[in-house]
Amino acid sequence: MSATAKTLTLHLGLLAVLFALQFVLPAYHHGNLARIMVLASYAVGYNILFGYTGLLSLGHALFFAAGMYGMGLTIQYAGFTPAPALIVGILAGAVVAAALALLALRTTGVAFLIVTLMFAQAGYLTILYFGEYTRGDEGFVIQAFDRMLWGIDLSNPENRYFAAWGLFAVCLLLCLRLVRAPFGKTLVAIRENEERVRMLGYNTFAHKWGAMVISGTISAAAGAFYGLLFGYAGATFASVQYSIFPLLWVLLGGAGTVLGPFVGTLFMFYLIDLSSGVTTAYLLIVGVALVLLTLFAPQGLTGELRRRVWRWLP
Amino acid sequence: MTLLSTRGLSKHFDGLKAVTGVDFDLEEGEVRALIGPNGAGKTTLVGMICGRIPPSSGTVQFDSADITALPAHKRILRGMAYTFQITSVFARLPAAENVALAARRRLQGDAVDEAVDDALNRVGLLDRRDEEAGNLSYGHQRLLEIAMGLVQRPRLLILDEPTQGLADSEIDAFKALIRELSAEATILLIEHNMSVVMETADRVTVLNFGEVLAEGTPQQIHENDAVQAAYLGTG
Repeated sequence: MSATAKTLTLHLGLLAVLFALQFVLPAYHHGNLARIMVLASYAVGYNILFGYTGLLSLGHALFFAAGMYGMGLTIQYAGFTPAPALIVGILAGAVVAAALALLALRTTGVAFLIVTLMFAQAGYLTILYFGEYTRGDEGFVIQAFDRMLWGIDLSNPENRYFAAWGLFAVCLLLCLRLVRAPFGKTLVAIRENEERVRMLGYNTFAHKWGAMVISGTISAAAGAFYGLLFGYAGATFASVQYSIFPLLWVLLGGAGTVLGPFVGTLFMFYLIDLSSGVTTAYLLIVGVALVLLTLFAPQGLTGELRRRVWRWLP
Repeated sequence: MTLLSTRGLSKHFDGLKAVTGVDFDLEEGEVRALIGPNGAGKTTLVGMICGRIPPSSGTVQFDSADITALPAHKRILRGMAYTFQITSVFARLPAAENVALAARRRLQGDAVDEAVDDALNRVGLLDRRDEEAGNLSYGHQRLLEIAMGLVQRPRLLILDEPTQGLADSEIDAFKALIRELSAEATILLIEHNMSVVMETADRVTVLNFGEVLAEGTPQQIHENDAVQAAYLGTG
């Protein structure tokens, strides 16, 4: 089998397995997996900027929240139905990412990290400031009757799983397509040696800008779906915690691999879930597991798999 | 026809005058060597020509257009290619992908693979195409740099000390390659190895303390007293 055939088999195979799992999983894990797939979509978006382009952002919660509030506020106050509300959410994320990228990409390295973090904090404080509409930390519930998409009730667990699967499938395949296209390969080259790419005649700023817009847009789509599927929008999702989560998931799963974000999100979710069933000091177990992974699989789970077994993994 | 010319090109780093008032003309089709002692300003001059370093004053013309204000990537698109003095390949990418990145500026689809194999073949690296560039020997990485330059089919190929650190046998192969390339591109070569300069260059420009000290055929430069003094001292 050629590398392309193997790649397609693996990724489409995962999507098929995830699709089939909804018929066999018990209710608890069924609900978990729906949540994991939406969060993994967020991580896929983050990975395009961090894993493939090599830009470490600590401000992605801003994009996630832009999607969530763009969707939630239009349903709540403008009486939108879910489909246009989702589009507003995704567009809001794209616009915010495009504007922030113009400013933040003037910096690199640690300065880039700080600038993105600052803007995300400003976004968080803005949500709190307009608490009259956003309900601040407390957030607001999106009622079940507002969550009917084309006659499908998204508050129903089966439909919710299917929607989450659909979102994840689109994000995963989009990412796969991107990294195999010339644009994605140029991003990888920028990560490896930006000056050399520039001297090959590429406008590296435009490429990084494009990467950030795609990354922010996918993150916003995840935020918009998260709010819609689970019926809630709150300022916590704009806090720095939600900028750090995708970084952790991607690092654990394998930065710069297409499957890494999903593997990392799944692993982290169940690590917390299982260890908190054993002891109230579950963060201790989580911490030790993270330290061990960093020591023995510094490239993340999927990254390690690529290094040792499947060298063709994209 | 003059392909490249600079007028009064200068670069001052605070008090340090790296390059001062250089007027430099390059004819289409020639192989020009740029030589001079360490610190003479060769890399700075070439950096201003290809846009890596903004000049303090002066102008650069390429193909009868003023390109002084153009950013580097736009100059490359006009037909310049630059290979780095310090080997600067993408170490974690396969050799073929290194060259493909350069080729995709002008080609798409299957034509990229063809051009990549052709370029790798010309520098003798075709059998290493799938190896990670970082695993290649130093000499092979230098050749990969050149393959990345020539796959762009540049009108002006700028090579910054391409033979540095190569073995004698590799240098012989390099001379042959330059002679072959000179049929299709104008070549500007920064070089310390005198045998390479003498055997490949049509003309030589000598830079000393950021100024043009002499210019002429390799034979003229070889016999020039001022050049001898600059290199060997007058003691």
